[in-house]
Amino acid sequence: MATAFTLVEEGRSFDIQADVSGSEVRIDPTVVEQLLGWALKPEGLCRGDVCVAVRDRDALVVGGGIDLAALATVLGRPLALEAGEGVAAIGTASADQSARLASLEAPDFTLPDLEGKLHSLSEHRGKKVLLIAYASW
Amino acid sequence: MALDRCADDPRAFIEGAAPTHPSLIDTEHVLCELYHIVNVPTMLWIDEQGRICRPHDAQYGTDTFTQFHGKRSGPYLDMLRAWVRDGEGSLAAEAVRRLQPLPTADSQLARCEWALAWHLHKQGRGEASERHFERASQLAPKDWTIRRGSMPIRGQNPFGPEFFELAGEGVPEYALEAITPTRDEGDRSGP
Repeated sequence: MATAFTLVEEGRSFDIQADVSGSEVRIDPTVVEQLLGWALKPEGLCRGDVCVAVRDRDALVVGGGIDLAALATVLGRPLALEAGEGVAAIGTASADQSARLASLEAPDFTLPDLEGKLHSLSEHRGKKVLLIAYASW
Repeated sequence: MALDRCADDPRAFIEGAAPTHPSLIDTEHVLCELYHIVNVPTMLWIDEQGRICRPHDAQYGTDTFTQFHGKRSGPYLDMLRAWVRDGEGSLAAEAVRRLQPLPTADSQLARCEWALAWHLHKQGRGEASERHFERASQLAPKDWTIRRGSMPIRGQNPFGPEFFELAGEGVPEYALEAITPTRDEGDRSGP
């Protein structure tokens, strides 16, 4: 039976429905496509022109749902799961993140200031930017 | 960019400095994920084309903690001015690639564990949260955005005994820190 489940990705959390049984979490394929952009097709998992072959389809698709852990494995993405609390966080594969950094193009981001006003790095294109990460700790 | 729990954590610093540049709050460590930042302060230089031209470095704008880390702010501020004025100090693409830190499978999984722990904490699921903070720390023992950054969330003092125990394991260092000339030779051993 579908229950409330939260998937955390890139600093955002998405409230969805999932079938949770023990440590196994299954999500409707249409939700996976809406959330992560990957669609289940005969040739594998596809996003745009890119398709990833699925060697063990029975492990990925169980009872009509997509197994979250198997999905992360197929996509090579890290997954942290607390099934009992109905939450998981899915990250970016280290190879993808390394390739992004090696391109030297500074990844864009949008974050709020003290007043909640959003600012993006891309707004500063054309100027030199000193990016400083600091913390009160 | 303040890697903090909420806007109130760095509020006094920001209001005190009253900067004319954007000063942002990153409660979800978005920047750590995107840039593989493992400690604070971390600074990167980005050129007019949006390319990283001097990668991760840990330098300071004041000498408040020079005794601890051995770095002086003056030479770095001079470097910054020369870059802004004349473009000096930018590194060639090959050097940026060689000097930038890159994530591993474990460090990426650690960020997931941290994100899950932080979410659980905000939901009041302290016990489950603690398990995942611990797992994140085990996966990325040299990432202080995870280990020291989670101390205030976990009820630990980031300037107290827990921090000095962590510092005893060695401070994370970026490759560029060994090159940027802000340490006196006698201070190079650092803490």
